[in-house]
Amino acid sequence: MTTPRASAATVIALVAIVAALFVLPWIAGRYPIYLVMHILILAVFSLGFNLLFGYTGLLSFGQAGFFAVGAYGCAKILLVVPNLVLGIAGGVALAGIAALLLGALSVRHTRIYFSMLTLAFGMVIYSIAWKWRDFTGGDDGLVGIPRAALEIPGLLSISVSAIERYYYVVVVIALVAIFVMHRLVHSPLGLALQAIRDSETRAAFAGLAVRKYRLVAFTIAGVYAGLAGALLPPLENTVTPPIAHWTTSAEPVLATLLGGIHSFAGPIVGSVLFFVIKDVIVRFTEYWLIWFGVIVVALVMGFPEGVMSVFTRRRRSARRQPAGTASQST
Amino acid sequence: MENIVFQGCVGLSLAMYLWLISAGLTIIFGVLRIVNFAHGSLFMVGAYLAYTFYGQIALPFWLAILLSVAGTGVLGLIMERGFLKRIYGVDEAYQLLLTFGFILILDDAVKMIWGGVFKIPPMPEFLDGAWMIVGRPFPIYNVFVIAVGVLVAIVLWFVFEKTWWGRIVRATAADREMASAIGVRVPRVFSGVFVAGAMLAGLGGAIGTPVRVAAPGIGTAMIIQAFIITVIGGLGNLKGAFVSSLIVGVLSAYGTLFFPVFELFFIFIIMVVVLLVRPQGLFAR
Repeated sequence: MTTPRASAATVIALVAIVAALFVLPWIAGRYPIYLVMHILILAVFSLGFNLLFGYTGLLSFGQAGFFAVGAYGCAKILLVVPNLVLGIAGGVALAGIAALLLGALSVRHTRIYFSMLTLAFGMVIYSIAWKWRDFTGGDDGLVGIPRAALEIPGLLSISVSAIERYYYVVVVIALVAIFVMHRLVHSPLGLALQAIRDSETRAAFAGLAVRKYRLVAFTIAGVYAGLAGALLPPLENTVTPPIAHWTTSAEPVLATLLGGIHSFAGPIVGSVLFFVIKDVIVRFTEYWLIWFGVIVVALVMGFPEGVMSVFTRRRRSARRQPAGTASQST
Repeated sequence: MENIVFQGCVGLSLAMYLWLISAGLTIIFGVLRIVNFAHGSLFMVGAYLAYTFYGQIALPFWLAILLSVAGTGVLGLIMERGFLKRIYGVDEAYQLLLTFGFILILDDAVKMIWGGVFKIPPMPEFLDGAWMIVGRPFPIYNVFVIAVGVLVAIVLWFVFEKTWWGRIVRATAADREMASAIGVRVPRVFSGVFVAGAMLAGLGGAIGTPVRVAAPGIGTAMIIQAFIITVIGGLGNLKGAFVSSLIVGVLSAYGTLFFPVFELFFIFIIMVVVLLVRPQGLFAR
């Protein structure tokens, strides 16, 4: 486990990245902005997923369901009340409630049965999105979703209809979400989840309410998925059922495994890699998925611990030398 | 009443495709303890190979099916020997990811080779036509599919229960270390089982093409169906997979007849209920 205290180099790098995010609209065109928003949305989605997978040891294949609840919830609200604050908050709340309810059932299992159960729940949500035409628009989805203003009555009202402005909404929300998750995993809650991942029996003996902790992790993961989903409809102005399909659930799985499951930044780095790889390959061939598949296979064969493991391993061995303490292997 | 009987027969033939694909998934999970996400893609490859051998090269139907099955088997051998074998030691999540990488590769490879549109080979002449069932025409091809499915079930039962080979495989599934200690070459058993599973998926895809078409998306659609069935029947339980294929096949045939809107929804709800109430499957001993 890495200590929360960051080195000077890390702090400088982080400040540089955040600064770059804020000045990007001035130096780059629309496409990079659009790409960065998608990266951030996937990063939030994947961070939630990894709280469940990397930290708690539960591999969910149904996160797209909560992503879709967030997206459809936000879209439905925006179509009725054009207020972005309400839309995003509503989408997140709905996803959180869904995750709490379905999570209470899902955490009764672990390992492959948990994965299958979440896969099934995700597909239940998919089939609702696809078939409940009156509410979700069926396979046409919901269209004409406004990029509504950020409004709190009597306090503020900011129009974000320009994509550059909406970009800042996404950046700020994503950074806050990343910060909150960083605090969470380094809090007693995060430690308890890792203890459960490493040994369920030992954690139970130590007096941890294992199932309750798993449910908390599941709900937070669902909230993050819902937040990521809620950021999408104002960006694209439309929501369609494929976002609830299990192949969407695979995206945070891929991003997280690309970046590495045992480091906090893994899912974020993985999300960047996911879109950069995709973007580069699409320039050369329309068959980008095949090369993505090759990269995934190569990564699994070559770095089964993810790209970030190269860095953590180096840091760990560097730290071990002077202190002489064996760091816990992950 | 006629509706119910007729739709039951339709469901029965649907069940056989589900059985062929989930049988492969089941034996692979039962022995190797790997959930092969790419199993649906092997089904898809079988379908496209059958299209090429039968629809394009115009080989005799039986030979085309045989070659498609063999081709899918070779692909399975490459997947197992070249890749999966090397990561048996690591966390099961990485095995899932690896097979997911195969889905991406196979889906696009199929589009590159055969194009993005769906393909249908002609119906073999000797299986064309229909029999009358409760006064309605029932395609002979569906009868053929049911026959193949039942035949495969009998062969699998015989191999696993009555042959030396089957005992070796069952021993490996029960305790691979002990099996290895008494001289079973476990890596060979793994390869053999994986290839056999791949061939079953290929067979399902191949015999499906004349009626169910070969299309790039059928892999990801079929794997979900196969997951539902293996979960309901119990992971690794072959008999359970057969029975639950019948249940899901017939139910979805009735589903499309009586409540088309909620067919998919109900099937996933069944999967959820089984997982919650009886995770070892409905047919566990």
